[in-house]
Amino acid sequence: MATKASRASARLMISPAVILLLGWMIIPLSMTLYFSFLRYNLLQPGPTPFVGWENYYWFFTDPSFSAAMINTLVLVGGVLTITTVGGICFALLLDRPMFGQGIIRIMVIAPFFVMPTVSGLVWKNMFMNPVNGIFGRIATSLGFQPVDFFGQIPMASIILIVSWMWLPFATLILLTALQSLDQEQLEAAEMDGANWRNRFWFIMLPHMARAITVVILIQTIFLLSIFAEILVTTNGGPGVATTNLTYLIYVSSLLQFDVGIGSAGGVVAIILANIVALFLMRMIGKNLDA
Amino acid sequence: MGQISLSQVTKSFGDVNVIPPLDLEINEGEFVVFVGPSGCGKSTLLRLIAGLEDVTSGHIAIDGQDATDVPPAKRGLAMVFQSYALYPHMTVRKNIAFPLRMAKLDQAAQDKKVEEAARVLNLTDYLDRRPGQLSGGQRQRVAIGRAIVREPAAFLFDEPLSNLDAALRVNMRLEISELHKQLDTTMIYVTHDQVEAMTMADKIVVLRAGNIEQVGSPLELYRRPQNKFVAGFIGSPKMNFLTGATAAAYDAQTIGIRPEHLEVSRDSGDWKGVVGVSEHLGSDTFFHVPVPDSDDPLTVRASGEVDLKRGEEIFLTPIQEHLHRFDDQGLAIR
Repeated sequence: MATKASRASARLMISPAVILLLGWMIIPLSMTLYFSFLRYNLLQPGPTPFVGWENYYWFFTDPSFSAAMINTLVLVGGVLTITTVGGICFALLLDRPMFGQGIIRIMVIAPFFVMPTVSGLVWKNMFMNPVNGIFGRIATSLGFQPVDFFGQIPMASIILIVSWMWLPFATLILLTALQSLDQEQLEAAEMDGANWRNRFWFIMLPHMARAITVVILIQTIFLLSIFAEILVTTNGGPGVATTNLTYLIYVSSLLQFDVGIGSAGGVVAIILANIVALFLMRMIGKNLDA
Repeated sequence: MGQISLSQVTKSFGDVNVIPPLDLEINEGEFVVFVGPSGCGKSTLLRLIAGLEDVTSGHIAIDGQDATDVPPAKRGLAMVFQSYALYPHMTVRKNIAFPLRMAKLDQAAQDKKVEEAARVLNLTDYLDRRPGQLSGGQRQRVAIGRAIVREPAAFLFDEPLSNLDAALRVNMRLEISELHKQLDTTMIYVTHDQVEAMTMADKIVVLRAGNIEQVGSPLELYRRPQNKFVAGFIGSPKMNFLTGATAAAYDAQTIGIRPEHLEVSRDSGDWKGVVGVSEHLGSDTFFHVPVPDSDDPLTVRASGEVDLKRGEEIFLTPIQEHLHRFDDQGLAIR
């Protein structure tokens, strides 16, 4: 595979795939950029003049923008915390030999296979509904006032649903990391007088550091664009309590029919995602080398 | 410190009985080597002493105290693992200091002990590196350093040299022996390599299928093996065994003679054979001579100067006082 001819033909043969993938990314991206500088409202047919930064101005001064920004960060931060900590705990538990190991592991991973819309609806109607939901029933039977999840604690409810979906992913990756730990290291630590807590802190956790980094990076990318769960449960409400950036873009472009402002929001979302990714990389990326 | 005794210790994994009832005394300051073919239970025995496995029945006493149910950290023993089991994310300094840190020693005392151990093991220049940046021999020394700083009652070594290349192995063998002389602490060493056992041990414990076949000093085992297994396992190259009429002539089921105890002659001798493969090592030459009454060709050690061609007819004579006789149970007849 090193001759000039073979290298040229290799390049020729992978080029359709590369061009397709590149086009797939570049065309929507440049269209979004282009639309974000036009006055383009579907309710006002006619010319779509170039308006410079006007769309960005309206998007940033939208009263729900700052709320959406904060909501996005709270949602990502909350889910990340729950899934990472919970994932480590689940991984530690599942790593122990027990009866029915195979089935239990598959069951733990199951929520990841449920579609976001379905899990959102299941949680909304079967668990969190104050009248018919299981939580409501339990509270009523014990004589408590049932909690109206999406009315009283909407953001916490969304975080709970999304965490439930992503916990298996974190567990799975952290479990494989834990299983690759050399048992002799743990035994050596045991001989060295480390109790369980010290073995976890000094041996297991550093060993899992890289896997934790991967979990955080991958989840952040997906959590920034959470949409379906919000659409089927709270519709971004009450008010703008659960409107994140993705949902705000949806509202601008498809509920207010303003493609220009929606596109501007999309560009802002791309920039935000990159800032967060850069920030995370700098903070924990050093775990990836070494 | 460092006297260990096992009484009626057994170990089973499920239905598999790995170690049948076993008694063993290890005296203070001794260098004891457990040797045997793979799967003979020698590592399991070491792990039982370390406390990494629970005994199924029986008792282990360390320095006269019953330690059967004492957790590993409290037994005062230090172990060097086959894979070294260094902590990859810690520097050499932190690796060596880890047991001290767990014992909550103050920083100054920790530093002093680490420096001291590093000096003894020639690791001073490597203290701030990580295990991944060290060679095999250096890693080995870090693992030993981590054991030394605890000042244990006894050191346990689990095949520590098996991951090193041949030259380094010879070197480390000497270093560990030297360390034993310096520290004068009990050491228990597990290996499948009888050369390591012979060169390092004060006392060798030969194991087969969890049973102790013989306990004794290296030369005792070499001179007076109690049975055919020990006779064949100790010594390199292996002892030659002959059966049939040749053995019957000596009133035995099987006779054994070591390669170095056969005299070679071109003219006369007890057994006649034809030279097969010969291995020239310079100092020695080993000839393989097929003879009747032996399944494998006899191995004969001659001085390096002896030059016999393949196919040459020679006579072999065993030196009588070095001849070992075994009965039909494989036990030595004295």
